[in-house]
Amino acid sequence: MLTKLMMYLQFPFVRYALIVGILIALCSSLLGVTLVLKRFSFIGDGLSHVAFGAIAIASVLHVSNDMLIVLPLTILSAILLLRTGQNAKIRGDAAIAMISVGALAFGYLLMNVFPTSSNLSGDVCSTLFGSTSILTLTKGEVVLCVVLSIIVCVIFILCYNRIFAVTFDENFAMASGTDADHYNLLIAVITAVIIVLAMNLVGSLLISALVIFPALSSMRIFRSFLHVTICSAVLSVVSAFTGMVTSILADTPVGSTIVAVEVVVFFLCWIIGAALKRT
Amino acid sequence: MPLLSVQNLSIGHEGQAILSNLNFEINAGDYLCIVGENGSGKSTLMRTLLHLISPIGGIITFGDGLTANEIGYLPQQTTVQRDFPASVREIVLSGCQGRLGFRPFYNHEEKQLAEENMARMSISQFADRSYRTLSGGQQQRVLLARALCATRKLLLLDEPVAGLDPKVTAEMYNLIRDLNREGITIIMISHDIAASVRNATHILHIGSSHFFGTTDAYLQSETGRQYIVNAGEADALIHESLHAEAEGGADNAD
Repeated sequence: MLTKLMMYLQFPFVRYALIVGILIALCSSLLGVTLVLKRFSFIGDGLSHVAFGAIAIASVLHVSNDMLIVLPLTILSAILLLRTGQNAKIRGDAAIAMISVGALAFGYLLMNVFPTSSNLSGDVCSTLFGSTSILTLTKGEVVLCVVLSIIVCVIFILCYNRIFAVTFDENFAMASGTDADHYNLLIAVITAVIIVLAMNLVGSLLISALVIFPALSSMRIFRSFLHVTICSAVLSVVSAFTGMVTSILADTPVGSTIVAVEVVVFFLCWIIGAALKRT
Repeated sequence: MPLLSVQNLSIGHEGQAILSNLNFEINAGDYLCIVGENGSGKSTLMRTLLHLISPIGGIITFGDGLTANEIGYLPQQTTVQRDFPASVREIVLSGCQGRLGFRPFYNHEEKQLAEENMARMSISQFADRSYRTLSGGQQQRVLLARALCATRKLLLLDEPVAGLDPKVTAEMYNLIRDLNREGITIIMISHDIAASVRNATHILHIGSSHFFGTTDAYLQSETGRQYIVNAGEADALIHESLHAEAEGGADNAD
């Protein structure tokens, strides 16, 4: 089995896939803790459906680089959803459901009315559940992903104390002179970027898993925000790596394998957490 | 010069005034309770004083070198906080965020301040415990320690005893009174009129008619007497119903 893995690692596209996968897992888990605590667990799902709708628009318009449409539209939706924070008029869950379902339906409608390829259901399926596109990454895409991931990590570390303050108590943060709107905006933009990146990896339906599972798993075990954040990053990277290697060796779909590993990890953490509580 | 003075203030949401013509002054060392019926705009007033929402009209001036973000604020708990994974130390330290400026991390001095305020609120032994595992009274002490990190002069408390049992409520009031004696000015929203007139030096009553003055003057005033009588009747009713419940053997008497 190890020799088989070694053989696969000879190919640059497998190495690219592993690098990109691990970086995306790392970034999404960092923000995941904040998003789960802000009651925005479904933001991944919602925004990825927006991205799906945007991809439909891009393919109908025959735009060669669909990122030009997908990224701005997704960022815009993320800002609309997250910016309002704790004092929103339409509460977060309802707003997300609205945008998510609307964009999904609109995207599918567009793809049906203006079909661009003969295999419509195949296209839709690969956008939703992740395709093999992670195995066809070009060197340029890998570099872009690495750069964006580094930017996300650096911003997160520099703003860590503020992100904690805004997540725990937005009103207190604002009263202390922290511009909570600014940080909500920042969180929204980073979330959108990560989700657009992650669509390549697991597809839009499974992005929520990347965002919420590591955070929820580490919350079973750890008590402080710092420990939860670190643990969630570690768990996410380990699960993504394990999932990808398994999918290569066992020839299973990448996205759903990663999510399956995350689910197993969650239950392990749950058991560990329960055991720790008892002692 | 007063620490905080409010002239002709109108407050509300989105241009709709819910209260207008508010005038009051607070001097260093005062203990002011804001009382009034539910929905009379107490929380809106506090949010306006904190610059979380902008006033519709009128002027708020801070004196004595106090700036808007040097106010210690104890907000009401949110649902998000109840299961939030954060240690007590992390939360208290976040009270120093107003001092950060453009620095990304807390320095030694700020960490020291957090330790001091935890000791002051006697919660040092919980420093590494998770906030969500603490009792309601302990959680309020944590938030109070956080507020103390943000200020040396003025504390704004939004119903600090909501949901606490009578014993812990009394402890909380003592704690606040001690802070006041140490020289910290207190502004507190309260539903508990009895405790308010017992502890406060000044009362601001808002509602259909405003009153601002010393506690003694409030007790003499028509507004004050009326409100206290109503509150007293309400209290009596609550006690009666609690009593009836207890006799009925209700098992949810926590």
